[in-house]
Amino acid sequence: MARRREKLPPDRSKALVAMTVNGERVEAPFEPHKTMLEVLREDLALTGTKHGCELGECGTCAVLLDGKPVLSCLVLGLECEGRSVETVEGMAGPEGLHPLQKAFADLGAAQCGYCTPGFLLTAKALLEENPRPTLPEIRQALAGNLCRCTGYVKIFEAVELAAAWLRGEAAEPRKESLYGYDFDESGLLPSHPGPVGAVLAAAREAAVDEGGDKPRPYRAKAR
Amino acid sequence: MSSRRPTRIVGRPFTRVDGAAKVTGQTKFADDLALPRMLHCKLLRAKVAHARILAIDVSKALAAPGVVAVATGRDLPVPFGILPVSQDEHALCPDRVRYVGDPVAAIAATSEDAAFDALDLVRVEYEPLPPVGTIEEGLAPAAVPIHDHGDQGNIHKLVAMQFGDVDEGFARADRVYDNTYFYEGNTHLALEQHASVADFGPDGKLTLWSSTQTPHYVHRALAKVLGMPASRIRVIATPNGGGFGGKSDVFNHEIVVAHLSRVTGRPVKICLTREEVFYCHRGRHPTLMRVRTGVKKDGAITALHFQTALDGGGYGSYGVASTYYTGALQTVTYRVPTYRFEGARVFTNKPPCGPKRGHGTPQPRFALEAELDRIACDLGLDPAAIRREHLQPANSLTANYLRVGSMGLGACIDKVVAASGWKKRRGKLPFGRGLGIACSSYLTGAGLPIYWNQMPQSGVQLKVDRGGGVTVFCGSTEIGQGSDTILAAIVAEILGIDPLDIRLVTGDTDLTPVDLGSYSSRVTLMTGNAAIQAAERARELIAGAVAKKLELPPERIGFAEGRVFDVENPEKGMTFPEAAVAGESLHGTLGTVGHYRPPPSAGRYRGAGVGPSPAYSYSAAVVEVEVDPETGIYAVPKIWIAHDVGKCINAALVMGQVEGSVYMGLGEAMMEEMAYRTDANRNVVHKFPSVLEYKSPTTLEMPEVETFLVEDPDPNGPYGAKEVGQGPLLPIPPAVANAVYDAVGVRVDEVPVTPEKVRRALKAKAQGKPARVGPERFPAVPYPEPIHVRTPEEGGDGKAEDAPVTAAGGVR
Amino acid sequence: MMRLPRFRYFAPTSVKEALRIRAGEGESAAFVAGGTDLYPNMKRRQQTPKTVIGLSRIPSLARLRAGADGLRIGSAVPLSEIENHRKARRLFPALVHAVSEISTPPLRNMGTLGGNVLLDTRCNYYDQNYEWRQAIDFCMKKDGTVCWVAPGSPKCLAVQSADSVPILIALRARAVLASPGGEREIPLEELYANDGIRYLTKRPDELLTEIRIPPPDGWTASYRKLRRRGAFDFPVLAVGAAVRREGDRVAESRILLGAVASAPVRASRAEAVLAGRPLDGASIREASEAAAVVSRPMDNTDFSFLWRKEMTGQWVGMALGDLSRGG
Ligand SMILES: Cc1cc2nc3c(=O)[nH]c(=O)nc-3n(C[C@H](O)[C@H](O)[C@H](O)COP(=O)(O)OP(=O)(O)OC[C@H]3O[C@@H](n4cnc5c(N)ncnc54)[C@H](O)[C@@H]3O)c2cc1C
Ligand code: SF4
Ligand code: FES
Ligand code: FES
Repeated sequence: MARRREKLPPDRSKALVAMTVNGERVEAPFEPHKTMLEVLREDLALTGTKHGCELGECGTCAVLLDGKPVLSCLVLGLECEGRSVETVEGMAGPEGLHPLQKAFADLGAAQCGYCTPGFLLTAKALLEENPRPTLPEIRQALAGNLCRCTGYVKIFEAVELAAAWLRGEAAEPRKESLYGYDFDESGLLPSHPGPVGAVLAAAREAAVDEGGDKPRPYRAKAR
Repeated sequence: MSSRRPTRIVGRPFTRVDGAAKVTGQTKFADDLALPRMLHCKLLRAKVAHARILAIDVSKALAAPGVVAVATGRDLPVPFGILPVSQDEHALCPDRVRYVGDPVAAIAATSEDAAFDALDLVRVEYEPLPPVGTIEEGLAPAAVPIHDHGDQGNIHKLVAMQFGDVDEGFARADRVYDNTYFYEGNTHLALEQHASVADFGPDGKLTLWSSTQTPHYVHRALAKVLGMPASRIRVIATPNGGGFGGKSDVFNHEIVVAHLSRVTGRPVKICLTREEVFYCHRGRHPTLMRVRTGVKKDGAITALHFQTALDGGGYGSYGVASTYYTGALQTVTYRVPTYRFEGARVFTNKPPCGPKRGHGTPQPRFALEAELDRIACDLGLDPAAIRREHLQPANSLTANYLRVGSMGLGACIDKVVAASGWKKRRGKLPFGRGLGIACSSYLTGAGLPIYWNQMPQSGVQLKVDRGGGVTVFCGSTEIGQGSDTILAAIVAEILGIDPLDIRLVTGDTDLTPVDLGSYSSRVTLMTGNAAIQAAERARELIAGAVAKKLELPPERIGFAEGRVFDVENPEKGMTFPEAAVAGESLHGTLGTVGHYRPPPSAGRYRGAGVGPSPAYSYSAAVVEVEVDPETGIYAVPKIWIAHDVGKCINAALVMGQVEGSVYMGLGEAMMEEMAYRTDANRNVVHKFPSVLEYKSPTTLEMPEVETFLVEDPDPNGPYGAKEVGQGPLLPIPPAVANAVYDAVGVRVDEVPVTPEKVRRALKAKAQGKPARVGPERFPAVPYPEPIHVRTPEEGGDGKAEDAPVTAAGGVR
Repeated sequence: MMRLPRFRYFAPTSVKEALRIRAGEGESAAFVAGGTDLYPNMKRRQQTPKTVIGLSRIPSLARLRAGADGLRIGSAVPLSEIENHRKARRLFPALVHAVSEISTPPLRNMGTLGGNVLLDTRCNYYDQNYEWRQAIDFCMKKDGTVCWVAPGSPKCLAVQSADSVPILIALRARAVLASPGGEREIPLEELYANDGIRYLTKRPDELLTEIRIPPPDGWTASYRKLRRRGAFDFPVLAVGAAVRREGDRVAESRILLGAVASAPVRASRAEAVLAGRPLDGASIREASEAAAVVSRPMDNTDFSFLWRKEMTGQWVGMALGDLSRGG
């Protein structure tokens, strides 16, 4: 932590501030009255961090500051001098998506995707502290992030799934969370490459069923 | 449903095609865009609810540091509006302001700070006019009406229609009920605040990126207001950070930044603050309702008389349609043999109301479902059974000429009744705990476009390149609902490839054929059908070429797993890219188109344009509540919901839409409110335009949801699919109110159902007064004599009797 | 985007330095700890200090110690640190509960106890953007002359809304204030005045350095908060209650109401009701009724003020009920 004190010039002149962003050391010049949200989006071109109120009331702008979720709309850029900031852009590694990212994508926990970066980072901090959170613990940890699209259900499920993956378990999404309860699957063909013969046989069935050689507006054959 | 064609991709819960971009922060929303030399715009908004503008002085602002241009209403005099009948908005108010927040001037400066600082330097002189704050005030004679259009005084729209012999229906009834209800206004609160970037290039062409659900309508309005040929304007809908109907109007700021870019020759951006988003509004209309219902002892409805009065706010917006919608869909769930509807919308000096998820129908749905609960309890019937036994049949015409196709409501009711233990638990839980049921239906796309034309509502172009790449071009916009994924799924299904291999270009008026926009749950059905047509045409071309190469008849060619092959001998064939080469070699460049136009409506009376849809979705929900009678505070631990979606194109997306709708419905039911201060001595202001005080449920309020997807395929839907994005919201508010009744025996006939109201009703009950909280009376509304339409059962032909009928029956 | 106005920023590393900067900058300077109260207010132009003095780099303010003399919490200790502090949880579970009810988890990683204790009073005519306040012609607390909540009122009626305060006072906490003239320690309740504008008795140049809570010594406490949602929302009614029993009788009690006035309100009549009696249904009911009398919520928060008033007795009863069970 830097120990020296800042005395920054007023008005338009910019401060040059050194910090770590997504593991990389950066020195960014920005106006001293800017919040971290503005610095990230406008001065560092990291627009993955979103905003929905800029007053601390929605959680959309959450980033990790020294590993802890904070609201970037209320953190002064200057306050981050010498500290470490993690944004959604820093989550995926060379191995690909972070398990949380993958789980969010797979389950549809990101609908419009606007609240997603804030949720991902808050959840990441949770799982780093508590690898096996209960549902009430997940609800509590994410209580500062609003989502207007998902009703949170898929988000909870995605956090549970990612937690299992991070623990090294070979977990799969629950069937009920993908199809609901009592879903009638008889209308579906196997979609994942199984034994070639089976797949092709199914394909043949479908193709024969379709037949026809004229372009036509589709009509379900149900009735 | 046994002969349903099995599918491989359609129906599966595969990962959405935009999922990876969204979880990595790569999706570019409008405010994420930055262009070189870009200016920033701020709007100066009215601080008075109703006033004439006497003078505006912008000279000081123009001289302020960093300010490059200032615009006022004089610069943009041409009016616009989403409906052709209500062209009553201006990009900047020229002579009158109609609500606190109405924009009067715009500043473009080199930074947002500079633009903000300059706002204070604009001087506006107003002559205050008396503000109108409530529905009652709006119905009263007006000295200075808010608009010079509308049906009378501040009444924007009056509607009255009668289907069948309603008087006879009431006469036949064993009981007649008469109750009033109120549904408070609420707003979308999409987390993304509206943003737009305009770039007027040196070639005289304008590009606007905007968080809009309806790029096509924005395109038309820009051409009109800017006086530019539409061919020189390009509107690109950026992915919306939530829409819910709140981004389906044309907004002032979209036109203003376009104008400022034209004036300055520089890109101009605006991103509204949360407060400004509250002023854009276009959310749920506060609606007063009176419901008269005639029923037989077994709960069969003999006549229904529905009156509504809507608080429209300061402008027309979609309001004429909203007014009709408060009367349109009452008939598609339970049999209503005779029906009378009277609706009115008044102008008030508040931000304009418009379409929010369920557009105009959650309010009457609340009233109808609460009414049915009352009736069932009064007649000693099971509220689930009274619904189940009187369903509107599938493949039927309603009294108001809506054509119901597939109808899975019965199955939906059965699912939630069984899962919730309804029969054993309803009415039998300890005092303070209760279950409530409600059902609903919603459109799968409105039958008519909002401006009258004969063209398709949706178009798709498809390109197959010789590398096997498939690109789909469509005007639809991704607002989170998954429209891109649906397009990809359908094309992938037909061409036998992976959805993730398909490139999508959407919501760009230069590059994509028109789609009317992401509203009224129309996208899956309409773009889906258009995509099927385009993809089948491409398949046809490729199959022909491959057949020729393999020397087989084209019927023998199958498409699956990235291969095109002989279905009799699957090993014989080629990869999809090879097939594309064969296709291009034979036919030349491969490109196909598809389009969709909904079937014409059966009704031919004036107003028949609102309500018809190619298909109706159905939902049923059971809500459990725990009420503390000492405080009125209640919790919702669990909700069971079943939704008839016709057919899932992507089951996981359907689940997400159902859960999201339940969430939003619960927010409306319990706490969300667009509240105003109307203290006449001061002003009419939004009570608290902030995310903190506009109460949106958090992770801690969201109950456990048990969802059932019911598939009753509709012949009009792609693969039988119907809507899911809006319908499942509708049963939640009435189910909550009905559950509160089951728990503590009081009726809250008002949304939101707040603890204060529950407590007040309980106190009234304890004092021996009616155990209810709700509007005491319905105001006197000068509804006109209704048009009379004989019902199909009475041998009607869908035309009004002795009343002028427009050719299209449309609302124009 | 809501943005901060321009200001000069200092980040001193010691209390002395902070006080010196404050002395140099004068009235137009503000201290900031977590900024979760000050920055939203600045963005809404409710407060527009020319100079902001950050306290986050002063190590002595970030210390949290438990010892024989109780708990000493530096004013700049983040709320989440108190939540996670083992000793604090064991000794003062009611305080930890109150802190965990403040806003949201990310906000509690930023907001501090000192900032909470000094939280500006709230009112929904005041916690609004500049433009909105302009539309209602401003009010007495900032830029105007009238109180819109009660236009006849000679003083501002904005609401004491900090969760930690009622329970800290119930726990007999003391505040340490530093100024260039030296340090003084006062009972926390003496920090507050029932005036929405001058809600603190401390001089503007005084820096709050520490909150000291004496050891429990037989006291047990409870905190109950009323709000619409389980997160984000400020209290619109709060009760901090503590009792010390001798045998099964109440020897002493402290009952504090939050969010019903501009300062925390001591329900002395209710305390008197309990004195010498066991905590049972009857005494709790009587005490609750007595407490409700002094609850005078105004119409400037979420929920209707009549209902909040009606709920006061309920909430006091709930807090005392916790004590009768947990004691
Ligand atoms: C959306 C939202 C919800 C909230 N909900 C709650 C809630 O439920 N309950 C609740 O109690 N609070 C709530 N808060 C308010 C606030 O976040 C907390 O009270 C927090 O503890 C304030 O601490 P801070 O360090 O961030 O304060 P700051 O903003 O840093 O400071 C607050 C005030 O104290 C002054 N100050 C700070 N430290 C010192 C010091 N050491 N000496 C002298 N002056 C000082 C500052 O000048 C400022 O005036 C909420 C805030 C937001 C934005
Ligand atoms: S109580 Fe009155 S003076 Fe104080 S902030 Fe509210 S309106 Fe303004
Ligand atoms: S943007 Fe809403 S909390 Fe930061
Ligand atoms: S996914 Fe849209 S707000 Fe959460």
